[in-house]
Amino acid sequence: MLQKVVRSTVIDAPIERVWAVLRDFNSHDQWHDVVEASRIEGDERSDQVGCIRSFTLRDGDRIREQLLTLSDAKHISTYCIVEATVPLQRYVATVTLKPVTDGNRTFWHWEATFATPPGRERELRDMVARDVYEAGFANLRRHLQRGADLRASSSGGAATMTMPTALPMPTRRVAVHRYGDASELHVEDAQASAPEAGEVRIRQRAIGVNYLDVYLRRGCIPHLMPLPGVPGMEAAGSVIDIGAQVTGLMPGDRVAYLGPMPGAYCSVRTVPAEWIVRLPSAIEDDVAAATLLKGITADYLLRDLAHVGPGTRLLVHAAAGGVGQLVCAWARRLGAIVLGTVSNEEKARLARARGCEHVIVTRDYRFADAVQRACGGADVVIDGLGDAARDENLAALARRGHWISLGQASGPLAPLPPDALVAKSLTFSRPVVFDYVTTQAGLAERAQRVWNALADGTLPAPLIERYALEAAAQAHARLESRATTGALVLIA
Amino acid sequence: MVNVYVSTVLNASADTVWSRIRDFNAMPQWHPGIADSRIENDQAADRVGCIRHFHTRDGGMIREQLLALSDFEYSFTYEILESPMGVTNYISTLQLTPVTDGNRCFAEWSAEFECAPGREAELTQHIGQGVFQAGFDALKRAYG
Repeated sequence: MLQKVVRSTVIDAPIERVWAVLRDFNSHDQWHDVVEASRIEGDERSDQVGCIRSFTLRDGDRIREQLLTLSDAKHISTYCIVEATVPLQRYVATVTLKPVTDGNRTFWHWEATFATPPGRERELRDMVARDVYEAGFANLRRHLQRGADLRASSSGGAATMTMPTALPMPTRRVAVHRYGDASELHVEDAQASAPEAGEVRIRQRAIGVNYLDVYLRRGCIPHLMPLPGVPGMEAAGSVIDIGAQVTGLMPGDRVAYLGPMPGAYCSVRTVPAEWIVRLPSAIEDDVAAATLLKGITADYLLRDLAHVGPGTRLLVHAAAGGVGQLVCAWARRLGAIVLGTVSNEEKARLARARGCEHVIVTRDYRFADAVQRACGGADVVIDGLGDAARDENLAALARRGHWISLGQASGPLAPLPPDALVAKSLTFSRPVVFDYVTTQAGLAERAQRVWNALADGTLPAPLIERYALEAAAQAHARLESRATTGALVLIA
Repeated sequence: MVNVYVSTVLNASADTVWSRIRDFNAMPQWHPGIADSRIENDQAADRVGCIRHFHTRDGGMIREQLLALSDFEYSFTYEILESPMGVTNYISTLQLTPVTDGNRCFAEWSAEFECAPGREAELTQHIGQGVFQAGFDALKRAYG
């Protein structure tokens, strides 16, 4: 009676990488510990259907197997034993890979049917299942985590393709060739260069969308993103390979990064190692991309710039936005009196749920009276609104108040003359997050505070809206529509 | 012909997940985008050929016919008879496969359809992310 063995697993690597190894019928002596040495007979290539691999196992057994089916379209490889010193008869096996689009991983299905001498069915089924398939899963997983498939091959039969040293890798990306509206975001193919000294190449899975990306796309900060340019300041994924002199990171490590140069709207990117933070296993890629820049912004604003503490009267504009929600929740935990402005009732409910004590619903930037009535004036204003709210902000501040201008969604602020500040002894700041994360250690410290705050509930789990990387234009349109109530993330 | 394919891994066995999603009429119980559902003409929900008549949370009405159901392969296939999406010849399959390594299963949801030129990206996003991935996200939350 024919025996059947089926085993399957999930590998944390894109299907292209896993298939590149498994489609090579002679690669198994490089990654499968049970295989001692292997070669393709004759002068056929290892992806030539009908070729025969002849190999020895560590325990001395010898096997010859023939490749029956190879499909790059469906990632299928079928082969059978031709002869062997192990008692597996009429053994036919099929490897099938499928993409796990959610996380860019790979589902690996391995099955075989075969006959055995009477009485040895169980023993041989267990041997195939455990020593060949399950061990194979673990061995290939380790092989890929080490990036061994990306470096020059050290051994292998005559027909093995020589693995090149690190080369550019193809990537999808979203670029801007002309400043303007969301329709100026175009999807294109590009290359991610091999990492040089001090650099790391990352397979990105989730990319954070921030209002800064909108300013870059509109051409408000041309020196930061000249044309042609790729927006995006943060992403999460895993390390593909590392350049020389990079310590503390290995291929396969889950990481996120925040960098002062845009370019994150892509699927593979090579970045300086000092932009990178490691991700704890409890923080998923999309959560990291949704909260790294915004969380670090909230961290430096509240701790280092605004010195928010118990009793601080803090006014947060766009209180239901990505940064707004984090600032309200964290400030509330610090004991501040939190006021917020939002543009509709649904956002007001959300802002209240996040710790905003007084929520002002306004679509036309009028809030100063309400703020004065509620608390007598704001000690700190965190302002992303820009010019349309300028006079209201001046009116809403209490004496010695601090106006922090983070963004200018309604348009650039007209210049503020010192006279505008003197009437109430006001302070005006125009900070940029990258001046608050100038070293890798500083970045890691702030990121850890954000992860801790997510873990202990100080910061709420973010509401995430996901868009495919190719739908970046829609994501931007959504962000600019003022309809979002959480963080937008592109999935690569 | 547009093809949409979305897949994920769920932290429960194929049997467990299948028992939740096998019922062609049960989407309101597990998919957050579906408000209500009924099978027309009082048919059983596992009678191949039955038609489900449901509303999405944004008010759209959709009718879909069950074309195939397999407890052996953990899969079902259906086609859209009516919907507000502007798609034609829309056929979709949802399939589970056990992951023997750990108590998990691999879930695939795919569709192929035709639409007016220029709408491919929008419909791929809406169906792939808004319908399929949203359903998978809800199942992921249900199984930790």
